[in-house]
Amino acid sequence: MDKNANIVNLIVDGKEIKASEGANLLRVCLDNEIYVPNLCYLKEMEHPPASCRLCFVAIEGYPQPVTSCTEVVREGMVVMTDTPEVRRLQKSAFELLLSVRRISFCKTCIANKRCGLQKIARFLGVKLRVAHLNRIDVDREVDHTHPYLDYDPDKCVLCERCIFVCGNINKTPMLSLAHRGLNTSVTFFESAAILENSCKGCGACVEICPVGALTLKSHNKVTG
Amino acid sequence: MTPNDNRSSIEKEYASLREEAKLRLKRLRETGQPNIYIGMATCGRAAGAIETKEAFEESLFKRDIQARIIPVGCMGHCYAEPLVLIEQSGFPTICYHQVTPGKARILVQNFLEGGDPCLEYVLGAMQPNDMLPCVTDFPRFGMEKRVVMEHCGLIDPDDICQYIARGGYAALVKALKMQPEEIIAQIKTSGLRGRGGAGFPTWKKWTIAREANSDRKIVICNADEGDPGAYMDRTILESNPHQVLEGLAICALAVGAEQGIFYIRAEYPLAVEKINNAIKAAREKHLLGPNILGSGFSLEISLFQGSGAFVCGEETALIKSIQGERGMPQVRPPFPALKGVWEFPTVINNVKTLASIPPIIRKGANWYAKIGTEKSSGTAIFSVVGDVVHPGLVEIPMGTTLRELIYDVCGGIPGRKKFKAVQIGGPSGGCLSEQFLDWPIDFDSLSEAGAMMGSGGMVVMNDESCMVEVARYFLDFTQKESCGKCTFCRIGTKHLLDILEAITKGEGTERDLELLQILSEDVKAGSLCGLGKTAPNPVLTTLRFFREEYEAHVFEKRCPAVMCRSLIAYYIDLDKCARGCDACMGSCPVDAIFTTKDRKKSIDQSKCVKCGECVSACPPEYDAVRKVSPPDRIPPEIVPQMEG
Ligand SMILES: Cc1cc2nc3c(=O)[nH]c(=O)nc-3n(C[C@H](O)[C@H](O)[C@H](O)COP(=O)(O)O)c2cc1C
Ligand code: SF4
Ligand code: SF4
Ligand code: FES
Repeated sequence: MDKNANIVNLIVDGKEIKASEGANLLRVCLDNEIYVPNLCYLKEMEHPPASCRLCFVAIEGYPQPVTSCTEVVREGMVVMTDTPEVRRLQKSAFELLLSVRRISFCKTCIANKRCGLQKIARFLGVKLRVAHLNRIDVDREVDHTHPYLDYDPDKCVLCERCIFVCGNINKTPMLSLAHRGLNTSVTFFESAAILENSCKGCGACVEICPVGALTLKSHNKVTG
Repeated sequence: MTPNDNRSSIEKEYASLREEAKLRLKRLRETGQPNIYIGMATCGRAAGAIETKEAFEESLFKRDIQARIIPVGCMGHCYAEPLVLIEQSGFPTICYHQVTPGKARILVQNFLEGGDPCLEYVLGAMQPNDMLPCVTDFPRFGMEKRVVMEHCGLIDPDDICQYIARGGYAALVKALKMQPEEIIAQIKTSGLRGRGGAGFPTWKKWTIAREANSDRKIVICNADEGDPGAYMDRTILESNPHQVLEGLAICALAVGAEQGIFYIRAEYPLAVEKINNAIKAAREKHLLGPNILGSGFSLEISLFQGSGAFVCGEETALIKSIQGERGMPQVRPPFPALKGVWEFPTVINNVKTLASIPPIIRKGANWYAKIGTEKSSGTAIFSVVGDVVHPGLVEIPMGTTLRELIYDVCGGIPGRKKFKAVQIGGPSGGCLSEQFLDWPIDFDSLSEAGAMMGSGGMVVMNDESCMVEVARYFLDFTQKESCGKCTFCRIGTKHLLDILEAITKGEGTERDLELLQILSEDVKAGSLCGLGKTAPNPVLTTLRFFREEYEAHVFEKRCPAVMCRSLIAYYIDLDKCARGCDACMGSCPVDAIFTTKDRKKSIDQSKCVKCGECVSACPPEYDAVRKVSPPDRIPPEIVPQMEG
């Protein structure tokens, strides 16, 4: 908690919580050991992208669930993290994310066992194989053009975390989003020759990726 | 200088501009030459206005007649393009419709030379007179209420004098003499709500930006207009750019901004040209730039060409795009009015919102508030397309019913067909059925019905339109235009599209209907920006009001509108087919048509690709090609034998 800020009292799932006024609600929940599924939020973010649409909570006085990563705590706020409406939206978003992936990924994936998706699946009690949605095959090739990194667009959940951490290190991120609709993906928008010098190969993006969509080439060579 | 001196000097500068403009126009008229006004906006050009203009020029030259050709914008009567107005002494101004180059030559010869106004080409006179019926006698003209489009199609957009002579920029002059708070109070009294879709009260947005503490503020005209089939904003910019410019200047004055930006999609080259010309002309007259009319208020306006992505019309994405980043919506708050382009307070308004400002300031907030309904004041502008007799742009008072708009203003459904549905608000809107025909058109009624005012696209459909296909069409659009950022919109709309596609192919199941409903509700509730939040509307409304049509596709494999290719078949009615005729045979791209034993024609169903070419090829007097759904409805006796 920020020592200089005013302290506010709020209730999450019946538990009384004290937090700094204006703190991010998702972060306050997580700090108080109340898990809310999330993939795209990082506590360093000033403007979270709110793109994964998993961190829904119900707040008293609001007509429908809202994403907790875009809310700040207020005095007297009453929050519920597991109403039926909240779970419906979370499961729906999560199953949509799963519906564009192949389960066969897991066995060979570097994120296996520590993957953000596996964790959320356990929490929500959702099977990785979605029964009621057809699987959508986007089937894109792994992008090998980067001198140090490989990127698998079909694993990526487009949380933008990699872009954020790269931007923290390099001022302007060397990764960005490209394309539209279902074909949206991360891209290294410079050529390999330029990236060879501009990208330090620090691997911060690989580290932060919750699903193993970005990998270091060196790692891939050793294991693969 | 005291404020009073300042005020009178603004007045004086404007009065001299007005005099100059009037004088110029008077001189034009005094020469005794006829004036020929040709509608040359994008729609007019598409209908052949350039060729019409050339025909007039050539013909005038050949006959050595002195006349002036004045290119004007569009009056909104798309069904009548190319539209021409002729001012000739001794006659009222006459409006001619569908003026082809041939008609242009005849008009020069018979009217300008011979004095015969060619009644057979006349749409009507522009003023009441005792010679010809007046256009206002027609409901299309009479029921409309022109506020935003008052001068559209009547003035040359490139000639600022024509706008000034009609009172243009008087509102800016009036506003320059008011306190900013007074201007905002006027807008509040007028009840004006944003025409960009959501109907947000304009005065509120302006107040937030006005009160924001910042030494730099920005105002933006949103002319991204990406809805398929909607072209109101383009037409206004092409026909009367100065009214929008004036509105933007008043907005800047009210919020305290010295920078304005027009955000126009690059696919609108003519609108871009007209706005550029307008900015230049206004600068030359000191109506823009530093120290406007000596008032001490300065405003620079620039133009930004958007890359044409639909989502860039969303205000937070538009801001990113102007900043040179990928046009992706952001979480609000912060709202642009507090933190917009480069974090400066930014007011973003739609073209029609801004074009409503000058008339409000000039004629008074109370005058405007009396037009329309209590909660939706003013006029609504729609581009009405589809199955109506008189498609085009219409401007009607809010509160007009759908029935009045479709049947009276737009002349009803052509070809004795039945009305089935009206799609309002484009990809974010909904399809309303007959039961809504007597509902008033205003922001709240349309939302309540499940549609949306949106940006003003309106498609009227007769009973030959399949509602599942309509939903599929819009979902195909939104899926492609989704910025890809958030899960529901990126992936959810794809599932919706896939299911709709399966249903139109007759592959849908009962479970699919349930899933469509649930998934639509989730995408609506879970998406980040307005695009995703409204994308399911076409699905939800068609499911609600045309459920039996979905069920026919799923359970009977039948398309009630006989439209979905996989669920229809063509056959030739042997009683009607004329022996020996082979008009259809050559039209079939896959040679599916063969000659029967008695020298009639028949279709080999295994070859037919259901393109419908034979329907158009069959002479109307025989009208022998039939379309059925499901395909097994072909009468059994129509399985004829091949020749020989
Ligand atoms: C996907 C999407 C597309 C939009 N496109 C436009 C547009 O083309 N033009 C427009 O004026 N507003 C558009 N809007 C609405 C704008 O975000 C914004 O509300 C509007 O420009 C505000 O102007 P107003 O207050 O005058 O209505 C769009 C919104 C969404 C969600
Ligand atoms: S590569 Fe990983 S970190 Fe980057 S957007 Fe995709 S899932 Fe997120
Ligand atoms: S709703 Fe669609 S367009 Fe809007 S942010 Fe999400 S993905 Fe992008
Ligand atoms: S964590 Fe809030 S939307 Fe992703």
